[in-house]
This record gives sequence, structure tokens and C-alpha cells, in this order.
Amino acid sequence: MKPTDTSNPDYFHKVVDCQWACPAHTPVPAYIRLIAQGRYSDAYLLNRDSNVFPGILGRVCDRPCEPACRRTRVDGEPVAICRLKRVAADHRDDVTSRLPQKPDQTNGKRIALIGAGPASFTVANDLAPLGYECTIFEKLPEAGGLMRANIPAFRLPEKVLNEELQYILDMGVELKLNTPVSSMKALLDEGWDAVFVGTGAPKGKDLHLPGREEADENIHIGIDWLESVAFEHIDEIGKNVLIIGVGNTAMDCCRTSLRLGADNVKVMARKPRNFFKASEWELEDAEEENIQIVVNHSPKTFVTENGKLVGMTFELMEYDVDDKGEITGQRVIGEETLPCDDVILAIGQENAFPWIENDAGIEFGKWDVPVVDEETFESTRKGVFFGGDSAFGPKNIIWAVEHGHQAAISIHRHCQGLGLRDRAPREVELQSAKMGMFEWRYSNAYTAAERREMEHVALVDRFQRLNIEVELGFNAEQIAVEVQRCLNCDVQTVFEAPLCEECDACIDVCPVECLSITPDADSEAELRASLTQPEAPEEQSLFVSNPLPLTGRVMIKDENVCLHCGLCAERCPTSAWDMKEGVIKIPHADDQVETVA
Amino acid sequence: MTSFVKPKIRRLNEPTNGLGKTRADYDGAMSTLCAGCGHDSVTAALARAFYELSTDPKDVVKVSGIGCSSKTTTYFLKDAHGANTVHGRMPSFATGAAAVNKNLTYVGVSGDGDSLSIGLGQMAHAIRRNVDMIYMLENNGVYGLTKGQFSASSDVGSKAKKGATNMLPPIDPAIMALSIGATFVARSFSGDKAQLVSLIKAGIAHRGFALIDVISPCVSFNDHKGSTKSYAHTYQYYHKAVHADYVPPSEEITAAYDEGETMPVELHDGGSILLRKLDKDYDPTNRASAMEKLLESQQTQEILTGLLYIDESRPAMAEHKKLPDTPLHSLPYSKLNPGAEALRKIQEEFR
Repeated sequence: MKPTDTSNPDYFHKVVDCQWACPAHTPVPAYIRLIAQGRYSDAYLLNRDSNVFPGILGRVCDRPCEPACRRTRVDGEPVAICRLKRVAADHRDDVTSRLPQKPDQTNGKRIALIGAGPASFTVANDLAPLGYECTIFEKLPEAGGLMRANIPAFRLPEKVLNEELQYILDMGVELKLNTPVSSMKALLDEGWDAVFVGTGAPKGKDLHLPGREEADENIHIGIDWLESVAFEHIDEIGKNVLIIGVGNTAMDCCRTSLRLGADNVKVMARKPRNFFKASEWELEDAEEENIQIVVNHSPKTFVTENGKLVGMTFELMEYDVDDKGEITGQRVIGEETLPCDDVILAIGQENAFPWIENDAGIEFGKWDVPVVDEETFESTRKGVFFGGDSAFGPKNIIWAVEHGHQAAISIHRHCQGLGLRDRAPREVELQSAKMGMFEWRYSNAYTAAERREMEHVALVDRFQRLNIEVELGFNAEQIAVEVQRCLNCDVQTVFEAPLCEECDACIDVCPVECLSITPDADSEAELRASLTQPEAPEEQSLFVSNPLPLTGRVMIKDENVCLHCGLCAERCPTSAWDMKEGVIKIPHADDQVETVA
Repeated sequence: MTSFVKPKIRRLNEPTNGLGKTRADYDGAMSTLCAGCGHDSVTAALARAFYELSTDPKDVVKVSGIGCSSKTTTYFLKDAHGANTVHGRMPSFATGAAAVNKNLTYVGVSGDGDSLSIGLGQMAHAIRRNVDMIYMLENNGVYGLTKGQFSASSDVGSKAKKGATNMLPPIDPAIMALSIGATFVARSFSGDKAQLVSLIKAGIAHRGFALIDVISPCVSFNDHKGSTKSYAHTYQYYHKAVHADYVPPSEEITAAYDEGETMPVELHDGGSILLRKLDKDYDPTNRASAMEKLLESQQTQEILTGLLYIDESRPAMAEHKKLPDTPLHSLPYSKLNPGAEALRKIQEEFR
């Protein structure tokens, strides 16, 4: 087989499962090491380089990093990456002097950012320090977008949100609140150098069933209702509440209902639990508050009496599920009516751009989503960019941040008259972690500890006010243990075939037996057969070395199970194996160096 | 940190053997030998062989003498019995242990110094008695623990690290063993784990003394250019003559084999060893021709490996000495010590 090309920056990047899975490619192991050293401010700033909102995301991120975490392949439970991010934010010192600063003078380029959510704020964060004059337009009276309107304060305290938004505003970004943009054409006529649309997916889906109009007063659209609660237009709800849908918005709706006076809240799901869209931890948090999640109930009608909602009728579903866990058939086996005072619909969101005229030069594709380039985030109209939920439909905050970074690069290049696609490439910088005999620059010893559990405010206390943050954050003991669970996947095993003398020491010492020296073969499957635990390739590939000098065989390594403990390098008599800390360089707007001139 | 430990990691879906144990359950303490030492690979091969045989570690006795090789009994099967004995005296210790309890599996680990210099007589007589044990001779041609003097297995012309040339003829443990009636003689290389693990399994199953001479390079004092026991030299002159696969009694030999190239040897435990001749002229059941081939290979420098000779017909020590099936510790005291009257009767016979 062809030897693995480790000079491709994506090779080592992919080994760092969490960083590869993070849309913004946050260097997780590196910041966890900083936390382990008590360098919370440094950890915060390293986080901030890629994900911009460590305090916010340390609470409410969708955490694509955690299911990907290598640790899940060892003991089944990922490192509590998100919680550790919050640790960095909670314990940081005043970092304002170390943040990108407002430049002494601007470069005269004016950028309009529509919608004050995470995407627009990220663009502003990347561009304002470079001299761009950024103006954010927001229809609501406060900034933050869905982070303010849809995420309840008991999950994300206002102070945390305000602080991280203010960092960016302090870079000289202008924020125009209560200023909806009602016409794209009018805005374009104002002569902005670039326009960025980060207006999210603001339209909650409705459910048109019999009784919908009659019961309108007690049927709420989830995201609109959460926004009304956030801005204190709504402060109560009936005693019996049904939530339709079982995504993360549904979880916020049911828990918010409890805090507005509901006693009996049920989340109604059409399918069984493994088909739920909500993150497992959000489901757990809701169930901890005695929310009942009812499966296999498909909404049929709203039941009204005297023009008022009194209940809802559901069809009871039964599903056939195949070996792969996919539904192959379904049938209705009965009907049930549940009494209720209010219904909240949390069945999805859609994009909506009533303010972009058909002849504004911006094409829309299927489901009224704009046609946006996946690399440059430019629309079909030059100089107009989209990001966040408004670009490709509802995702989450960390995706919006990454869209913002990429759009900022495009806007920067666009304004400098450079090709949008000649972006600076990703790079990997490797540096040996060896300090001496048995000494490495990272804590390589394996810690068998289980994942630490987040402590919550007691149930009796947490409902007193709407904005009591439920999660208490990790204590010192929890931090100390959890940081050691990280396997330091970014400290890479780097192999130099010409140095190897095939003594087998690395193979013998490897605690997960992921190495082998074997005659070269034509396929990966044949090579894998020589491993003592040949597993089907999962997320990670097989490393195949150049031919070894003494026998011409090859060294192979199953990247899937390697724990980066460094024992292969420790045991190697010729340093053919070395542990090298790999810094994955993800370029942002300020890394587009050729533009300096 | 002054040392490191190999962590025991329970992985999801980790394979287990017939006893429900994982491969790691057959590990011992962390090796303190030099990084890259061949002995560590022999240790790993032993652990793997016992794992694959589903042997319960508590049914195994590890014995060794003195030297780098003799340290390694600590590094595998931590739950087995074991003793580090006096320099060169491991064979006597093993003989005594095998005499009092023949139901355990005995593993002797020794080196070229321990076995071919100070312990040469000891090893020779354990071979003659056909003690039922496997004897690992970790052969690196050098006194590693005393920093690199030639050992009795150094080849003529081999160079020491500081440049001296060896002039004395080597003792080839395989030839010596054959000459005094060994019933299982094998040679292997720490760098060929597949071969080594099969040979260890076959050696354990063999009735009687099983000698495995393992070329096990010393990375610190005998891995340089001019050494005939370096990794590079061994890989270059390595020649596989006979491959041996142990087939346990519970399995049938299903693989088809060509007459003359593959031959099964029935073992007393009901299993068999499937010999695969990689060198057509070689007959591992003919002692004289095995000797001849080995003497020839000394001339050509070729390192002949595999199961070089096997004779399953000779009884092991326990049989020709008519030792009891019950371990001595389980025999009633009246049987172990029949008393003064019985002694008097025996003495009477000699008057």
C-alpha cells in the first residue's frame, strides 16, 4: 500500500478527534493542558481564538466534540470538554488587555452585519481589529440573537452573554438595536463594501391540525414564546402544558414552563427515544426536573371547548425497526386524548427572508434557503455573504461561529480585491514533546477515572426565579480529575521509518496493541489482519509507514485506538517513534498574510 | 517520573480467551531492561502464548537464574509462581520443583551466560533427565549486565562494541542439546513473534524438556556493526527451516497438507504439532541430519530457525522416575514419612 502521507495537514488534524469534529476546530487538548496548569486565562484566550465565545459555549454548546472524543472508545464516556471550557471562562482573570484591540485608525471599508447573533459577532470580531468599520443591525432591543432570545437564562446567565458580546463591541463595532433591515435593496444602495447576513432561522414551524385556529390563544410557537419570555412579555403559563417535538428547543420550552408556574409538563414525541433530536444531556436535565417524555404519540387534533384549548388528541404509533435501527414500517394502534391548558410547538425552524427582494440579485434555492457557496459563504450576489443558520438552515452556535470566521476571510479578501478561493491553507506544526528519560511535556500517564458529573442547584431552589443557573460548574477536585482524563491526542505519534530496527519494543509495550510490523499488502484489510485486535476501520484510518530498512516490511498503526500514552516512543531505542505536539493552524482573517502589503 | 508503568486499560470489546482473561491479564511488572531489548519481546511472546493456550497463570511456575534474561520472569504472568535462583542453578531448582509437583507448567528463563558458562552442567543434566519444562535461552552473545564482554555463544570473528574480536569457538546450545539426547530443540528470534509464539506453545505441549534458543539482541552492548547477534545481522542471515503450529486436543487438523512438506507429530496430551517444512531437505525427526544441518549452518553463518528436532517418544523425568501423580504437598504425611519401621525395613534390604 502507499505509505501514509503525514505531510497532509489533515492527517494529524483528524487524529485529534475533538478538534476535527469541532466546526471551529478548537484546540481542545491544548487548552485542557493549560487548565491543568491553572492557566485559566491562557486557556480562555486559546479557546477564544477559534470559538470566540468560550463562556457561552462552555454552557450551551452542542458539543460535537464530545461524541467524537477518543475517550469514548476506551471507557465509553467522553472527556467533559464543554464543562472544562466553562472552567477556563469561570476562572479567568481580566483578559481585556489581551484581546484584539480597536485599531488606531480604520481602513475605511464599511461592513454591514445584519442580525446581532453569533455569526455577525464573529465576523465583527475578526474584521474590526483589522481596521474594518463594522455595523451590526438588530431588530430586537438587545444583542445576542438566539443566544439571548431562545436560550433561557437558567442555562446561560445574562452576565456571561453580555460580557463576551461587549468584548467585541469594544473593538469599535457599532451596534444598532431596534433597527430591523426591511429592504436589502435599500441597504445595498447605501454603498457598503460588504454585507453579511446572519439573521438565523427565525421562523418556528406551525402545526396545522383541526382546532388550530380556535385554540390559537393557547398554542405557542416555541422559539417565539421563548423570545417573549426572555424579553419579559410573557411571565406565566397554564398548569398543564404539552410540548410538541423533542429537540433541544423543546427541552428549553418544557423547563421554562416549569419556571413560569406549570405543574405538569409533558414532552410529546412521535417516535421512540433513539430517534430524538435533543442532545442526551439536555434530555437528562429535563427529566431531572420531572418532565415526562411521552413516546410514540403523533399529534392528531387540538381539542377545544367553548373556543378554548382543553386538550390534544394523539394517535398511538407502533414502528418496525430493522437491525440498523432504521424505521421500516409504522402503524396507528389507537388514540389518546390528553388534557392541557397550553401547547407549545417545538417542531423545527425555517429560514425566512421577507426583507430580501426577489430582484436583489440573491438567488434562493430549495426551501427558500439562499444559494450560498460552502467555502466562501458568498451568495450569488458579489459582496453579499451569509452565515449561521441563515446560510444553510438551523445548526447551532459553534457552526455559526465557524461560518463567521470563513465569511470574515472572504469579506477581507473581497475588500482587498483578492480571490476568495486563494485562502491561506491549514498547516500543522510539530515539535517534539520529549524532555528526557521518562519525561514528556505532557502528562502521558493514563488515568482510569470516570467522567465527573456536573452538580446542579437543588430542585427545590432552582424554580424560584427564571434566571437561576442550574449548573454549578466544576469544583477544584472535579477539574483536577477531569483534565487528566484527556488523552492529549494532539501530541502525535510520529514515525521515522529509516531509524527503525524492528526490535518490536513499541509493539510489545503498547497497552492497546495498536501497532504491528507486517509485510506490505495491497489492501488495508490485509494489513489490519496482522493487528492483534483487528477492528473494522471506524473514524480513524490506518497509518502505514515507508518500508523499513532491515526487512522491507512496514510499520502499521491503528489510529483508532491509540491512546497517545507515548510508551512506544519511550521504549524505542532509536527514536524512530517520537511524540510531537502538533499545532493545527486554522487560518482566520488575520492570517491572510499576503494582504499586508 | 523516574520510571513508567504500562497502564492496564480495559477497552470496550476487548477479546478474551477461554478463561475469560484478556491478553493484558498475562502481563507482569513493567520491564526495567533497556529500551529495545530483545528479551522484552520474548517476554511478550510468552505472555501471548499462555494467553492463547488459555492457561491459568496460577498453574505456571517461572524460574530463572541471574542476568538480564533472568530478570524477565518478573515481566510476565504476574499471577504465576516463581523464583529467581542462584546464577546458573535454575535447572536444578526446576528439576526439584518438577519432581514434587508434576501438574504445573514449568518455564525456565535463562541467558547465554547463565546457561552456557556458569550453568552449562546444570542445563545439560536437566536435558538428560528430560525434565518436563520449557527452557527459554535468551541468547545475545554478550554479558550485557556487566557491560559487553563476550559470552560463550559469541561467534568467532564477532566484534565487541569497543572493537575486540572474539577468537574462541561458540557453544551452540542446539547442537549441544541434540548431542545429549534433547527431545525438543528449537531456535527462534525475538524479532519473529509469530514463529516464537508457535514454538512456545508447542514446547509447552511437548512431554519433556523443550529448549528454545532465542536470538535476542542486546541493544546496548551488542547491536553494532560487526556483531553477529545484532538485529541487522540476524534479520540478514535468518533462515526459517521448519515452522511448527501447535494444535490443541480439542481441535482437529483440518488444513490440507502436502506429503513430505507438512507432517503432524502426535503429542501425549492428545494434541499435535503440525510441522511445516520451509526447507524441503530438512527432517526435524532425524537427529543425525539435524546435527549435520546445524553444523553446516555454522559454516555459512546462516541462522537456522524453527523446530529443529522433536522426539515425542522418550519419557519425561516424571515417568522414568515413577513420580507420583499427586503433588507432594497433597500426599498424607504417613505416605511422605512412613516412619522408622519402614526405614529399618529398607535398610534391611541392603545389609
